[in-house]
Amino acid sequence: MLAYITLLLGCQLVGEVLVRLSGLPIPGPVVGMVILFIGLVVRGRVPVEMEKVTGGLLRYLSLLFVPAGVGVVVHLKLLSESLLPIAGAITVGTLITIAVTGLVMQRMNRKGQAE
Amino acid sequence: MTPHLQELWIYLSTTPLLWLTLTMVVFQGAEALFRRSGSHPLCNPVLLTVSTLSALLLVSGTEYKTYFGGAQFLQFLLGPATVSLAVPLYRQFEVIRKSLVAIVTSLLVGSLTAIGTAVGIAWACGAEPRIVLSMAPKSVTSPIAMGISEQIGGIPSLTAVMVILTGIVGAAFGGWVLDRLKVTDEMARGLAWGVAAHGIGTARAMHSSAVSGAFAGLAMGLNGLATALLLPALVGLVK
Repeated sequence: MLAYITLLLGCQLVGEVLVRLSGLPIPGPVVGMVILFIGLVVRGRVPVEMEKVTGGLLRYLSLLFVPAGVGVVVHLKLLSESLLPIAGAITVGTLITIAVTGLVMQRMNRKGQAE
Repeated sequence: MTPHLQELWIYLSTTPLLWLTLTMVVFQGAEALFRRSGSHPLCNPVLLTVSTLSALLLVSGTEYKTYFGGAQFLQFLLGPATVSLAVPLYRQFEVIRKSLVAIVTSLLVGSLTAIGTAVGIAWACGAEPRIVLSMAPKSVTSPIAMGISEQIGGIPSLTAVMVILTGIVGAAFGGWVLDRLKVTDEMARGLAWGVAAHGIGTARAMHSSAVSGAFAGLAMGLNGLATALLLPALVGLVK
């Protein structure tokens, strides 16, 4: 278990270093994800112990966003001053994006399978 | 407060232990409530936890900086959790490879829709330019979104909050929208959640199925990359 926690941190660390060196506009952990993905393709399977570690982290993924979300208290004044544009863009904008993306993907996928 | 209690409060409010523990307690309570409500959108665990903790901070007069001193340990785990997304991605690799053209096309359409609706609606409702720019990368995972915001002249910390609120709305009500539009394809549902609502959408998609979780994780990463490349260029064109 400890080995795989270390492996995850190591992938992230290498990712951070690569981002700093290359100046790419993506965060280190995303590069770390690509590195681990390549590792899994080379290895050809997911080790059981690793599955436990990653599964545990991903099961509580949404909890990890709470600290940043509570940052809302810092911007209450700004938010109340521009309530309509912010609330509108966040609710309507996000739901339109979900609708458009979902519809395009479903349509293209069906077409692809029909051919 | 009696002197003893006051002393206790002073001690507790300066250690990371109190707010870290409270965050975990409130989240587990929120998850239990979410399950009991039959996954009602308004009982979304992140929504409930963020609002409860924000209220607690305001009522107790605690600064966000103090709260974050404790809660930062959870935020740190976002890094390894993001790396972990490689596992569901690997499991669905074959499926992803087969629909590569569909994925890239819907991703670009979704990415532009996210930027366009955020900027368009905020601007039409009369927001000042600084706020419009802070909203533009709201569908992207927070570390990328904050970097973009800074680059195009927004307020990074405001962008971080917009990103989380976007994630909460997407996770809470996205399923309802997709059901209404009869989007039943698990790949399409996952992709939509990941593009529009990043990691919080991905957490929601994983809750729904392994396929949609993997597609959401993939979409989150690719949308971050696409927006980081597209948005500064678009802003440059307009300016």
